[in-house]
Amino acid sequence: MAKITLDNLAHSYLPNPGSEDDFALKELNHDWDDGAAYALLGSSGCGKSTLLNIISGLLHPSQGRILFDGKDVTHAPTAERNIAQVFQFPVVYDTMTVHDNLAFPLRNRGRDESYVAERVQEIARMIGMEEMLRKKARGLTADAKQKISLGRGMVRKDVNALLFDEPLTVIDPHMKWELRTQLKQLHHDFGHTMIYVTHDQTEALTFADKVVVMYDGRVVQIGTPEELFERPEHTFVGYFIGSPGMNVIPARIDGNKAYVNGSYVELAQGYKPLDGKVEIGVRPEFAKLSQTEGLPVKVRRVEDVGRHKIIRAEFFGSDINIIAGEDDHISADMNRVTFDPTRVNVYANDWRVNGEAA
Amino acid sequence: MEKTVNQKAWFLVLPVLLLVAFSAVIPLMTVVNYSVQDTFGNNQFFWAGLEWFEEMLRSERMWDALGRQLMFSGIILAIEIPLGIFVALNMPKSGFWSSFCLVLMSLPLLIPWNVVGTIWQIFGRVDIGLLGYTLDALGINYNYTQDILAAWVTIIVMDVWHWTSLVALLAFAGLKSIPDAYYQAAKIDQASRWKVFRFIELPKMMGVLMIAILLRFMDSFMIYTEPFVVTGGGPGNATTLLSIDLVKMALGQFDLGPAAAFSIMYFLVILLISWVFYTVMTNLDKREG
Repeated sequence: MAKITLDNLAHSYLPNPGSEDDFALKELNHDWDDGAAYALLGSSGCGKSTLLNIISGLLHPSQGRILFDGKDVTHAPTAERNIAQVFQFPVVYDTMTVHDNLAFPLRNRGRDESYVAERVQEIARMIGMEEMLRKKARGLTADAKQKISLGRGMVRKDVNALLFDEPLTVIDPHMKWELRTQLKQLHHDFGHTMIYVTHDQTEALTFADKVVVMYDGRVVQIGTPEELFERPEHTFVGYFIGSPGMNVIPARIDGNKAYVNGSYVELAQGYKPLDGKVEIGVRPEFAKLSQTEGLPVKVRRVEDVGRHKIIRAEFFGSDINIIAGEDDHISADMNRVTFDPTRVNVYANDWRVNGEAA
Repeated sequence: MEKTVNQKAWFLVLPVLLLVAFSAVIPLMTVVNYSVQDTFGNNQFFWAGLEWFEEMLRSERMWDALGRQLMFSGIILAIEIPLGIFVALNMPKSGFWSSFCLVLMSLPLLIPWNVVGTIWQIFGRVDIGLLGYTLDALGINYNYTQDILAAWVTIIVMDVWHWTSLVALLAFAGLKSIPDAYYQAAKIDQASRWKVFRFIELPKMMGVLMIAILLRFMDSFMIYTEPFVVTGGGPGNATTLLSIDLVKMALGQFDLGPAAAFSIMYFLVILLISWVFYTVMTNLDKREG
């Protein structure tokens, strides 16, 4: 187990990267605390897997260093880093039995057979495959194969970190939940540093102590699930986390008022004059339909998703989402919207701006 | 809804039936016809029953040719399959050099068989051939027209040169279909190069390798043109493979009956070996699954 430090790390797949756009992973400094569970969240192609492969040594970064407990391993091969990694699509050794598959990483490291047998039993119990140990891995279902991959990742006790690259994509929904719980349990029991790449926010928020949100090759926010929800540092975080995501509305800020098309919204704090693209962000949870107060909206559609209702509406020509309670009555004359002032965030050029106490 | 019965649809299969009849069924039946008859010329035939088959089974000449044939196919398979895999493993995986290698390796496959024979026939000549002349100059006694070993080495090297590319191309296609994640996982698991080959590459290539082995077996088992052009079956009968012997018998000596019986047995042997091989391989597959 180790603390993993990324120092000025960046990576480009081009041989001679010029501008910042050439980098798949933009310059990054970060410490992954020993024994913490992280989720790396972002849309496809944002550099999550690149980052993961750099940590495991499958990829060598174009610049910067990577340190394990202060020791530079930037150019160390994968084997020396002692890392376990599980990939998106199941990798099993077809001609081996399930048992041999699970034993493979241990045997390659020359562990003695009695230890191997004991560990394999333990892992097989964990992934629920004790009955199948004697079977050949070929011909198993995709999720059985992925469970083997997960098992192979977990079979070594002494790894520095466990990396998961969207490991549950091919797994059935009910199994997904179970495996995720087991991973959490494993983390709880053994305290490995875990990094879990996903584009599924539910997965990220339930698995991790800290969620790292990436966007366009950059880490835009690192925080607890609550922080990401309440205080998205970047409009992408607001939009990506939450269902539906945060409403981002172009506005002009003057002191503690945000002007949207001539009407204004109260803010909890005052702001200095802002340059560039200025927007306010309000989560649908903190917007409320009303008959009398607030700004005009045109309700287009109400979706009842069970726990609550999602109202899709038009707000000065752009879309806005509002969440109302399960039992709230939505009437036809509700054509105004109000925002909870303490929950309105202000963004300049997509980054959140701190206000001053009003 | 009632299905309408329309027998006219059979006309759609007619062209194929005709084609197959003329290209395969009728010639084969003609052979069967010859194999059970005897002739003394004048286009007069007499019923001979299974006489020719019995004669052929007792014929030392045929058993010798079959032995040589099995040895030839065995040797070229033992060389071409591992060599083809080795070449495929060492080819560049992508980019310009990958395409370059592919084209380069396809070249021997594009050369007509009699030309391949001619190339090697001249190449190996001690007086004007580059290979023969060089070996001779180095003091190695090489003469494929007189020395049995030299003749065998020549036709085997020729076949390896001509057909290893096919195995390599098939193996390469098999290798290319392996997702990167397998190699990455193997690195994470600290698998050695040998284990990567043994547990990832070889199993993933098994399907195409089976096809390669079948193709190369069938092709080499009926090989005629190339060795015939180079050695003409000699020295003596040392490189007279089955098909060469068959042609000698059928067209050289005009022994239609025995030759027909011979070729039917030849056909059955190929069919049998291919069937056994295929069944064993697919069963192996199923048992593992």
